[in-house]
Formats: sequence, C-alpha cells, structure tokens
Amino acid sequence: MKFGVVVFPGSNCDHDCYHVLKDALGQDTAYIWHKDRSLDGCDCIVLPGGFSYGDYLRTGAIARFSPIMNEVEGFAKKGGIVIGICNGFQVLLESGLLPGAMRHNDSVKFVCKFVNLKTENIDTPFTNRCNKGQVLRIPIAHGEGNYYVDDNTLKALNKENRIIFRYCDKNGEVTPDANPNGSLENIAGIVNKPGNVLGMMPHPERCSEPVLGFVDGKLIFESIIGWLRKR
Amino acid sequence: MAKKKMITKDIYRALGLRDDEYERILKILGREPTKTELAMFSVEWSEHCGYPRSRKYLKLLPRKGRYEVLVGEDAGGIVVGDTAIIFKMESHNHPSQVEPKQGAATGVGGIIRDIFTSGARPVASLNSLRFGELTDPYTRYLLRGVVDGIQFYGNCIGVPTVGGEIYFDDAYQGNCLVNAMSLGIAKREDLARAVAQGTGNPIMYVGSKTGRDGIGGCSVLASAEFGEGDAKRPTVQIGDPFTEKCLIEATMEALKTGYIVGIKDMGAAGLTCSSSEMASAGGCGMEIDISKVPRREEGMEPWEVMMSESQERMLVCVKKGKEEEVAEIFKRWDLEGVVIGYATDDKKVRVLHEGEVVAEMPTACLTDPPLYDMPYEEPAYIKEVRRFKPSNIKEPSDYNKVLLDLLASPTITNKAWVYEQYDHMVQVNTAVYPGSDAAVLRLKGSKRGIAVTTDCNGLYCYLNPRVGARIAVAEAARNLVCTGAHPAGATDCLNFGNPEKPDRFWQFKNCVESLAEACEYLNIPVVSGNVSFYNESPNGPIFPTPTIGMIGIIEDIDKRCTANFKDDGDLLFLLGECKDELGGSEYLKRIHGVKAGDAPECDLEIEKRLQEACLELIDKGAIKSAHDCSEGGLVVAIAESCISSEGEEKGAAISVPEIGFRKDSYLFGETQSRIVISCSPRERERVKKIASSHKIIASEFGKVGGDSLTFEISDKKVINIALKDLIKAWRGGLKKYVS
Repeated sequence: MKFGVVVFPGSNCDHDCYHVLKDALGQDTAYIWHKDRSLDGCDCIVLPGGFSYGDYLRTGAIARFSPIMNEVEGFAKKGGIVIGICNGFQVLLESGLLPGAMRHNDSVKFVCKFVNLKTENIDTPFTNRCNKGQVLRIPIAHGEGNYYVDDNTLKALNKENRIIFRYCDKNGEVTPDANPNGSLENIAGIVNKPGNVLGMMPHPERCSEPVLGFVDGKLIFESIIGWLRKR
Repeated sequence: MAKKKMITKDIYRALGLRDDEYERILKILGREPTKTELAMFSVEWSEHCGYPRSRKYLKLLPRKGRYEVLVGEDAGGIVVGDTAIIFKMESHNHPSQVEPKQGAATGVGGIIRDIFTSGARPVASLNSLRFGELTDPYTRYLLRGVVDGIQFYGNCIGVPTVGGEIYFDDAYQGNCLVNAMSLGIAKREDLARAVAQGTGNPIMYVGSKTGRDGIGGCSVLASAEFGEGDAKRPTVQIGDPFTEKCLIEATMEALKTGYIVGIKDMGAAGLTCSSSEMASAGGCGMEIDISKVPRREEGMEPWEVMMSESQERMLVCVKKGKEEEVAEIFKRWDLEGVVIGYATDDKKVRVLHEGEVVAEMPTACLTDPPLYDMPYEEPAYIKEVRRFKPSNIKEPSDYNKVLLDLLASPTITNKAWVYEQYDHMVQVNTAVYPGSDAAVLRLKGSKRGIAVTTDCNGLYCYLNPRVGARIAVAEAARNLVCTGAHPAGATDCLNFGNPEKPDRFWQFKNCVESLAEACEYLNIPVVSGNVSFYNESPNGPIFPTPTIGMIGIIEDIDKRCTANFKDDGDLLFLLGECKDELGGSEYLKRIHGVKAGDAPECDLEIEKRLQEACLELIDKGAIKSAHDCSEGGLVVAIAESCISSEGEEKGAAISVPEIGFRKDSYLFGETQSRIVISCSPRERERVKKIASSHKIIASEFGKVGGDSLTFEISDKKVINIALKDLIKAWRGGLKKYVS
C-alpha cells in the first residue's frame, strides 16, 4: 500500500501529510511532483493544503491544469482513493472531480482555529473507523472555505449521503453559530458519487499525533489504511 | 568614468549621507564617486546596514549562554544537540506606517529570507506590534492592514505565525512598530554562510526579477523621521509570498547539493549589500555585470538596479562548473537562476553595465562604516514623570468595573481576532497555541520542545530605560519559564527615535547597556538583532522600545505547561511578592489616564530564583498551570488563567489577609517577578518545599472552581464577577474596536 502526496508549487501542507503518513502512521509514502505524469503506483493520492500558485487567481484554479491532475483524474475515475484537504479540496472542485465551488469566508478573513465536525456518513473509505455522528475536533485554516453548490446538486448530495462532514457544536448540533465560514448547510467535506474522492476543508494531518494534544484526524487516515488493506 | 563634477550636496544628502561622510568617500576613492558608488556607500553606511551610531553599544551584548552560540552574517542561533536553531527579529516600521499591508508583508518575507539563507528551514514566525490608540481611524486602518499583510504573506509561505504581542499607546501614533521575528531549524553541519569565495567561482542571481520597487527603502525611508505630508510610498517594496515559498524550497534543494559556496538574501539595499558583504565576509572581491540581472521594468539605471529592494531574490556563490545544475533547480521552481559575475582575488567590488565599469571600490571601505560616538543627555521629561504621587490618584470604589474595563482594553484584551487570521499550525509542530505565555513547538524526531516569545513594555522604558529594558529581558524569560522552557537565547529589535538628538540617544544607550547586563546575568546570549532609529513623527518620538525575542528549550515536551486553570478544587499559589508599585501600570494609564511614575522594580537575583523555582515545579510535575503577572497585574493574570482556554473556562476564589497598602496597587500594580500557579491539593507541600528551596515565597491564596472570580482582602470581597461576564469583557477582544 502506497500513499502519494502531490506537490504543487505553493503547496505547504505536503510535508505535514507526508510526515503523518510516513512517520506517525508508518506508511510507504512518496511525494509526487506536479509536473510528473505518473502516480508512481500509489493506492491513495493526497492533494495537500497550501496556496498552489499563490492562489492568486482563484484557489486551486491554476493547479488543476498541472500535468499530474490528468493522472489524478484518470486514477479517480477508475475508483482510486483521492483525498483533497483544504487547498486540495479546492483543486478537486476546480477540476470537476467534486461538484460546487468555494467562496470567500463570510467574514472575508482567513481563519485558523479548531472546529467540531459531525461525521455524517461512516460508510466511506475515509470514515469507516468513526462512529455514526461522531464529533471530531479538527483545525481549519483557510480564507475560502465557504462551500456553495446549486440546489439540485445539494439535494443530490444529501440524498446520496455524500455530505461526509458538517461543522457542528461540541454536542454535535449543526447550528449557524458553529459554521466558521458561511458554508452551505455547514458543509465541511463531501465525496463524489462513487465515494472514492473526498474533499474536506479541515486538516486531519494537524491533529494526528498525541504529542500535539489532538488525535481525531488520525481516524481519517486510519480509515483509509483499513479500507485499502481490506480491498 | 565621469570627470566633470556631478555630485552635489543635494544629491548625497538626499541619499542620507552627511557632509563629513561624503568627504570620507572622496578620500577613500581619491576621486568623485559615480552615482552608483554613491548609492552603494549611502546604504552600506546607513544605520540600517552599518550601524555607525549604535555599534559601540551593540558590542556590549553577551554572546555566551547555556548552549553553543552561532553568530552568522544574516542571523544567529544556538545549537541544541545536533540541531541549530537560527532566529532573528527585524523591524519594518516605516514601510508599515506608509503602506501597512505591503510593509508588514515584506517585513515577514525579509526576516524569513534571513533565516533560510543560513540553510535553516523557517519553522515559526512571531510579530511584535505597536500602534497608536484605536480611537483614531488611521490606527484602525494600520492595524487591519498590518494584520492583513502578515496573514497574506505568512500563511501563503507555510510558516506558522505562532505568537507575538500588540500594545496600543499614543506614543506610536504616527509611527507604528512592526517587528517580525522568525526562527528556523537545521542540522548543525548543514548551515550555509553568506560568503563569496574561490576566485572564478560564479556568482548567481536567483529568485524573482528586479524592478524599481523599494529603491532607497533603507537609506531614505528607514533613516529619517516622518515629516508632515511625506510621499514615501514608492520606497515600499511589494511582496510575492508564492515566489518566496518556491524560493525557500529551491534554496533548500540547492543547498543539499553541496554546490553552494555561500548564499545571501537581497534585503536592505538589494544587490549592493549582498554583493559587497558576501565579498567582504569571504575575504575576496567580486565582479558583477548588472546588464545580466533579470528585470521586470525597462530602462532601469545602473544605480537603480543596485539599490532596488525588489523582494524574493538571493545572491549565490556556486562551485565553478556547477552553475548549470544549480540553475536547473531554480528553474524547476519557475524561478530565475542566472550567472551575473564571479568571485575575484582583488578585494574589490566591481560593477559593470553594458561593458562599462559603473562602480569599483574596495570591499573593506563599504563594510567598514564610520563609527560615531553620539552625545547623550537625560531628557527633561524624566524629572517630570518622577514627580508622580500615587496619593493624587483616587482609589476606585468599584473594582469589578476596573477589572472588566482592563480586560476589555486594547492592550490586554483577547487577541484571537489577530492570531486566528494567521495560520499558526502549519508544519504540525505547534504544541502550545497563541494566547498562552509563550508558544511551544515540538522538535520533530526528538523529545525536545522550543518555546518562543517576544516582549517589551515601552512605557516602562520611557519612564526608566534601564529598568524597562531589564524587565523586557526578565519578562520574556519568565514567559518561557511558564511553559517549562529554559531560556536559551535572544534576539533584539531596538526601536528608538532620532539618534542625532541627545535625549533620544540617552534612552538608547541606557536601554542597550541594561539589556546587556540583564542578558549576561540570566545567561542568555543575544545572537542577532536589528536597530531601528528615527521612529518619530510630528507627534514626537515613540516610546523607547527594545523588543526582545527569546527562545527556550523544554527537554521533555510532554511536560510543557500552559497558563489556564485545569481542574476544580486545584489550589492557587502566588510565587513572588506583591509590592506597592503603581508606576507605569496599564491600570494607571487606562483607568486614570496617567503615564507617569517609575517603572516597577526588577531585581534580577530574585527573578532568577523565581524562574528556577518555576522550572523545577514544572519539571517535577508538581503544578498544572503557570502564568506570569504582567500588564494589568495580579488580578488580570488570574482572570486570564480563568478564561483563556475557550470552552474550558474555570472560576476561582481568592482570599488574602490584610495587605498593608493601597488595594488598587495590590490588585493591578505591575510588580515584577510574580507567577500565578495552580496545583492539585496533594501537591501543596511539595510546591511549598520546592519554592522555599529557591528562597521564593509561595503563598497559597485560593482555589480553582465555581462560576465566578472572587477576590477577598481581609475577609472583604473586593471583586466578585460571574465567569460569563469576564468572558464577555475579554473575549469580545480587538474585534469590537476594528469592525
């Protein structure tokens, strides 16, 4: 089993994802340069957070044209596991692998803090180690995490159980106060229709080691590892 | 070269050179300088680069401590195990006052380049900020802009902004302070030097293209006071954090090849500084052809190319024959990488432009700026402020209101509005978040942690430069100690007024002498630093503000300690003593509008014992929280420990016997060398024993718990506030002032 962490120019959580997968979870992990045209036999692709191409035009808008994204799209269409975190989620939206778009946070400010996430669907490669409705404490760090999608797609996302995480309070209530960025229906993470591509704004790699005091993020990586192992 | 007399008084004065300095240039060259040469001298001899006015005093700062000290060309550091921790703080005050977003952004970018040019990967940034009062709309614009600039740059490059401080006072009206600190990590043997060496080794220009931005940034903008109606905006540089991020990665990769002889960032004075200083540090010469410098503007004059402070550029001396491989790395990151010259053996810097020599001079004269002995005298205000009599201050009747007002006041209130705009977690090292006494980072691959903080109370330094500077050192160290870290090294950013004015220079001299003494006493080396003079506006000079950035080492990061109270029923102790000291307090300033008296005393011998006691208490696991008393005094410290951890707020009940002096002085006075700690009841005796073994008084004075904060003095409740009201006052934070 091998993980590949894509490095776009301006990615800055690539080292963090690599560190957690390799050093904290002991997985075979490789960096994949954005100009490469091979996924190097990886079983799971991580599109990390950061500011690909500075996000000067629109978050993720340039990165989706990197040569490696052709490979990632092909891999995803064949059912390969892809997780996009923060900027990685934005790249997935721009590339059309996931529906919807990101707007600026309703505060029009970057926000970095811990939030609570309600796990809405545990029958996925990414959440099978969680309990239904489990509240995860995970940090966010973004300026554009205000998820938007048209009504019909939103209905479909709900109907097909594709909304995996919603921002909630510490008791698991999904309330407007618990929404840190104005995201539609408090959406923090969604999957594609077949369920093999996850995009999420919060950063599980930032809370996956006991030394840092928070470990809920590990559940997500362990879910993927467990799922790949069973396959 | 030109024979006709080209350089007039107006020209060299406009570049910030004095008449006698110009005479000296004529003598060194034996002829009139070219425009390019003149520009080069003006920056190298400016206070920003050459420290002609401050050098005499900077030499006093100690360079030895617990750990091996590294003093490099661009930044310094310490060595812990086989890890070098490189750090430095630098000012970007004037650019930020003129254009807050870009000024602050490029301040962050500049200090980060100083770190990674040494071969260390930047792992954290901090910012120490000073503004006028928020009642002024321009101050609010500055605060918003500076914070926006820091988040814009810092977040994008993926270096967490983990801490800092913000003070508000009229003294900074018209001249804000933006001091940016950064630290980086490297294996000891991987450190790089900023030298050019080996005759014939190519000199490469890497990074971004050169434009006209920032010309004269350091010699003109940073080296004069703000006057009325100045138009200095064009001297501010524009930052591109994306390019910097790529430059960090490319530089780290290039250094790994072993082909790099030396590397230096183009910061203040751009190519001028980097070329002459690399040649001088390497003991060689350098010839560069600036027609080869990548440009983003047409028609730039040679002196403009030499003086440009365009950002995200580095100069690299490469092993001969390896230039292609090195260029390849930078090109892979879509950056420039071109050879523009080579190292020579004639100890001269020679600048060519389209085949013509536009500057040629000995490196030594550039990097050996004049040294001035500046006159100083005690300012008239000192006697004035010392006339302050506390008896003229009426004791308040409602202490609840005083505490709530202080908790809501700009300097003390919650700063989440600021640090939540900064990514303070990227790189997954942050183990204690902003809002505690100091941030703590884990050191990957070891048990160790690094604690880091910045500190300086400018009002104390204004009232008493010697004591104020001593407190800045003592308090920075105390902040680290409260996390369980041994203070290990410091950097300083010395912000003062116009050094040509003897009363301003008196503040500088006294502060620096005292900094040196305090660091020496506490065994803390000063490994790097920066001087920022001319911080004056038509409103007058700023408070003398020698900001201290300090790092400490926690041997076992799992033992780290935080400021917030943990469990109901825990006992509260005060380490240290309360004295009748009101002078310089935030209470006097905010509640009574008085900025007078003397700074609180600071006895370094007591301070040292206090810190040793606190470190032992944390190391032995005897206590659960530690928080030092600073602005707002004892009660504000206790209140902060009650409410600083969102969602985990705790009440507290305090009771002390008769105190023997004014209640306001006891509650809100800012006596130094005090730490509020909490522990489980079963640790009571151990806490007392450890404290007394360091000859420190540990007074048990309350308990954690309940849904309010109460404070009794000889059985009379002077404070009784519901937790929710404390939270409301404090957590509203800066947001309510700026939005």
